[in-house]
Amino acid sequence: MSDSDIIQIRGLKNSFGSQVVHDGVDLDVKRGEILGLVGGSGTGKSVLLRSIIGLQQPVAGSIKVLGHEMIGKDPLTMRMVSRHWGVLFQESALFSTLNITENVKVPLREYYPELGDSLLDQIAGYKIAMTDLPEDVGIKFNSELSGGMRKRAGLARALALDPDLLFLDEPTSGLDPVSADAIDALILGLRKMLGLTVFMITHDLDSLYNICDRVAVLADKKVLAVDTVENLTKLDHPWIKRYFNGPRGRAAAESFEARKTGA
Amino acid sequence: MTGSDDFSFEINGDQLALQGALTLAHLDSLSNRLQTLSTVKVIDLSNLHRMDTAGAWLVHKLAQNNNAEVKGTNSAVAHILDQISHYDRPLAPEPKHVSPLIYTLTGVGKNTVHVWYTIVGLVNFFGALLVSIWHTICHPSRLRLTAIICQMETVGVNALAIVGLMSILVGVVIAQQGAVQLRQFGAEIYSINLVGRLSFRELGVLMTAIMVAGRSGSAFAAQIGSMNLAEEIDAMRIIGVSPMESLVLPRFLASIIMMPLLGFYATIAAVIGGGLLCWTVLDIPPTTFFTRLREVIPYTDVAVGLVKAPIFGALIAIAGCFQGTQVKGNAEQLGYCTTKAVVHSIFLVIVLDAFFAVFFSEIGWV
Repeated sequence: MSDSDIIQIRGLKNSFGSQVVHDGVDLDVKRGEILGLVGGSGTGKSVLLRSIIGLQQPVAGSIKVLGHEMIGKDPLTMRMVSRHWGVLFQESALFSTLNITENVKVPLREYYPELGDSLLDQIAGYKIAMTDLPEDVGIKFNSELSGGMRKRAGLARALALDPDLLFLDEPTSGLDPVSADAIDALILGLRKMLGLTVFMITHDLDSLYNICDRVAVLADKKVLAVDTVENLTKLDHPWIKRYFNGPRGRAAAESFEARKTGA
Repeated sequence: MTGSDDFSFEINGDQLALQGALTLAHLDSLSNRLQTLSTVKVIDLSNLHRMDTAGAWLVHKLAQNNNAEVKGTNSAVAHILDQISHYDRPLAPEPKHVSPLIYTLTGVGKNTVHVWYTIVGLVNFFGALLVSIWHTICHPSRLRLTAIICQMETVGVNALAIVGLMSILVGVVIAQQGAVQLRQFGAEIYSINLVGRLSFRELGVLMTAIMVAGRSGSAFAAQIGSMNLAEEIDAMRIIGVSPMESLVLPRFLASIIMMPLLGFYATIAAVIGGGLLCWTVLDIPPTTFFTRLREVIPYTDVAVGLVKAPIFGALIAIAGCFQGTQVKGNAEQLGYCTTKAVVHSIFLVIVLDAFFAVFFSEIGWV
């Protein structure tokens, strides 16, 4: 495995009973890139994400994250690796009994119990600021936040440990275009500032064009192609063609071109 | 960990020199010494080759508090230090502390208001149910027979095993405890009276009601509540289907029909349980047991049980369905309302049972 690959998946097979979801998935994620994962409903995008972060036990294959084999790992390795990643779940998965500051403090407290409470409060404070949330959000609870704020708060918790690797499960789904653009800009800004590697599942064509360095297409139980969006649109596969060259795909491409020439 | 991830620092007069990698893992060595670092005027980062945001935050805060100068920043570290300063802002104020007395009093006040609203809501709900019963009487074709039969199966038939087992055990316990006490007077034979009359009048129906409240009352609340969360109830209203008629009425009728049947079944099971104990422990043969039962149990005892049962069933269905409609917002509410459905229905059943005990004594059904 080359040093530049932060995730390396080989021959991954996932199945639920007799239903095979993945069969022979190969995928490399390079250090420092933003990789988008697209695929139709039911192609197992979330299952792939869950396999990488160890929530789903694959049937066969190998997944290496930061050089550690994730399949059949022992709890100690798991703990060591999971210190280096942050995950934003689709519904943010903020702990409902804790306020946002406490949510952000949970991973910090778990891995660095020696840090004092006031320092943890300050760290949580600037993490919340980094995700562009107003300061009074810290004392609020998940149920009091809007969808976009939840995504941001979930992102703040995912960033708590200053991870090298960030997993995002549909970060812009269910958001209005303004909030979605803001989340895209936030992810780009954080990558620039922290040198993050981002693995994101998304259906948002604008996100794919604007922030993803490469896009992996999951179809027919495999990763069909990994490339820049421009190159993917030229591929001759019926699903990829429909995905990127449908009316929405073309609109996203046009707005991307317009932005590029405008800038 | 590789050697390049080590961190150390040196204090030289008013100079603080940081070396290595200042990350979360090494933060405590510096943050624990902040008191002794209050004289630092210059922070030298020239030997610091890596820093995460937490490290940058600490350096930023230190420089800010001491009015210190930061020097020797290479580009990677400088960028992060510069960025982090943009995110420095006052922390959100902690919520105001409330004295325990005020807190308790507010709690009691809020709960009282809440109890009042629940009672009003229940009465409202019962009224709406009566209206929909009237509509159904006017248009009998609107009665959802399939739904009623389906609910009767889940409320009644599927509960047979657990209710039977529970009742047999209740019968055994009454007979055994009764025998122990009555033996002191040489009146063990009276445990038959005890088992028979208690089971028919009180325990058969009461224990069944508690079991049905736990099994079906909670299920009603959970089913209707989750449909409420998924906006299924709103969809029904928009389409023109009355949730009262399609969801609540079948559950209500099924409970009313099944409770007396289940209650009678439970009574018989309890009597059999008591009979088994009398036979095995007290050596009272089953023939004697049943002959004596027929002598000591008046028909009014059977009536007492059977009159109460449908009313308990109605209460359980109303409390369960009502709590289901109260679910708003999130899944946590669903659990909360399901629990409340069980607590309310058991409480109401016991209150009403106490009322009935007095009532039946007053009218002479002793």
